[in-house]
Amino acid sequence: MVHTRERSLLPTAEPLSLLNKDGSPVADPPLAMPDDGVLLELHRRMVIGRRFDTQATALTKQGRLAVYPSSRGQEACQVGAVLALGAHDWLFPTYRDSVALVTRGVDPAGTLTLLQGGWHLGYDPYEHRVGPQCTPLATNTLHAVGFAHAARLKGEDTAALVMLGDGATSEGDTHEALNFAGVWQAPVVFLVQNNGYAISVPLSKQNAAPSLAHKGIGYGVPSVLVDGNDAAAVYAVVREALESGGPTLIEARTYRIEAHTNADDATRYRTSDEVAAWLDRDPVDRVESYLTSRGLLDATRKAAVAAEAEEFAAAVRARLNTDQEHDPASMFEHVYATPTRQLREQAAALAGETA
Amino acid sequence: MTVTMAGALNRALADALADDPSVLVFGEDVGALGGVFRVTDGLADRFGETRVFDTPLAESGIVGTAIGMAMNGLRPVVEMQFDAFAYPAFEQITSHLAKLRNRTGGKVSLPVVIRVPYGGGIGGVEHHSDSSEAYYTHTPGLTVVTPGTPDDAYRLLRDSIASPDPVIFLEPKRRYWAKGELSGPAVPMDRALVRKTGSDVTLIAYGPMVATALETADAAVEEGWDVEVVDLRTLTPFDDETVCASVRKTGRAVVVHEASGFGGYGAEVVARVTERCFHHLHAPVLRVTGFDIPYPPPKLEEHHLPNVDRILDAVARLQWDDEVVEAYGA
Repeated sequence: MVHTRERSLLPTAEPLSLLNKDGSPVADPPLAMPDDGVLLELHRRMVIGRRFDTQATALTKQGRLAVYPSSRGQEACQVGAVLALGAHDWLFPTYRDSVALVTRGVDPAGTLTLLQGGWHLGYDPYEHRVGPQCTPLATNTLHAVGFAHAARLKGEDTAALVMLGDGATSEGDTHEALNFAGVWQAPVVFLVQNNGYAISVPLSKQNAAPSLAHKGIGYGVPSVLVDGNDAAAVYAVVREALESGGPTLIEARTYRIEAHTNADDATRYRTSDEVAAWLDRDPVDRVESYLTSRGLLDATRKAAVAAEAEEFAAAVRARLNTDQEHDPASMFEHVYATPTRQLREQAAALAGETA
Repeated sequence: MTVTMAGALNRALADALADDPSVLVFGEDVGALGGVFRVTDGLADRFGETRVFDTPLAESGIVGTAIGMAMNGLRPVVEMQFDAFAYPAFEQITSHLAKLRNRTGGKVSLPVVIRVPYGGGIGGVEHHSDSSEAYYTHTPGLTVVTPGTPDDAYRLLRDSIASPDPVIFLEPKRRYWAKGELSGPAVPMDRALVRKTGSDVTLIAYGPMVATALETADAAVEEGWDVEVVDLRTLTPFDDETVCASVRKTGRAVVVHEASGFGGYGAEVVARVTERCFHHLHAPVLRVTGFDIPYPPPKLEEHHLPNVDRILDAVARLQWDDEVVEAYGA
């Protein structure tokens, strides 16, 4: 990996990028362009991820999901970051990072278990090295730092990537985590997907610093500002951060095209012009244009990727449209390693009611 | 071997660190200083700074990183410097530490011990004397433990570190300097212990109030009462069996704790005992607790804390009219 920049505590004034919004390569790139194979995989995974996201939103309308926080528009962040991870690295995601999870290889139905409502988590964190999707904001930042520090203490070459949003940067845990990571020099990447809004509250009411990435300097954590709709750039900066062996704060500027969740009404706090401007910066189109112009992506491959995405969505739809049994007894399981006498009694009482 | 409770805890930590390379001890001032109560004295020197270390001063950070370390196979034993200084960690404790085993369907196990010096009686200025046990006992998934003697401090801390579940280990700071033998009976962690047998009334106590209850039992002899003292040791999960066996035998009970009474841990104990032992009771189960006030300043704390006289007064109110007992039986 060619490092083209010094690691700096302060981010650049403008977001780093490799591709302009029309897909043309930037002049004098600040980062090494990922290999063609990586770029093709970024494209493929973003197309699949977007189709998955659309499918999940549709499932809320059919009552199959209790709620779904869409990440449409943020595919470059979620796919770029996850593809940069090594197999032994860990991901600590939030509830909005379902596309990141399926990109990591987590079973898509298991990814949606939390939002489907049958249980709080539908996958084994150790299988794909993905922590539980975190609903309370920023608490996962500390888990990532502890996990990464433990890896260091055990002599393991594992880094952790934690995802958080712009709103979460206001939470105390984010600051404690950046400080611990700085003091311990823990191999952690904090990826802030700055999508402009914390539900309805715009960034201007969240932050007075020149950028969210500026917060790193106070903790001695090198910081990077990147164009969050440029998958090639996100991949490159996350890869660089993972390989640094220490902590990095990355702010990826992006936009949440959909409302906070299917239950939210975004027209109450933002204009359609604003959304349109970001639609014009679409992350999937950008990589697609670049790959097409390079002759790496033709109509046949595009159609094949689209068909694969349809197949993926159809499988998710079929899985989620199956009525599932939810055993009330499961509520009492795994509260403690060994069930207490009191919980056994309560489980028996409920079993009597439902028999 | 005679040791103080602080010494017993220090020994438990040292033995755990020596026996299991995955055990870590960290928190504020636990390194070179050995903790403000010296419970970690000498451990950093003996085991090195990668296993016993000072952290930034941030309690949520301490617990949150401990969770991540436990997910990665380590067994962190962390110190909150004082009861009230643990509150910044409340979200990490209640939303993650307590729930992750359940949320993950048993895939994630968090063997984390959070040591918390708690309670009053040492002349501490504000925010240094809270009895915060009810916040933790109300949270399913946590095991809440509090020793009353040096021997139990050693055993319970070893058991807590070995536990696959997260443990809130509440250390009665006013008893840190109390001495005792390290040779008590080996009692399973989740069992309460009858510290003194008696036939007339059961005092149910834990942590700092175990010694006060035993003093009360001595003083009660003069009044003609034969008092039994049950030390709960582990507050959750609750040992209904031992407690109820005692109350069914004596027919009377008083629950004692330093914490405020309203919505306190003692209310749960009274409810459980009443539900299970009603037909054996000669009198309502009473509580002797701190008042429902913010913890008072040190010059006033003696008026707030339960003491022998107040407990004896409660015992005296337990309807000692023999006719009632004769009519309804014990």
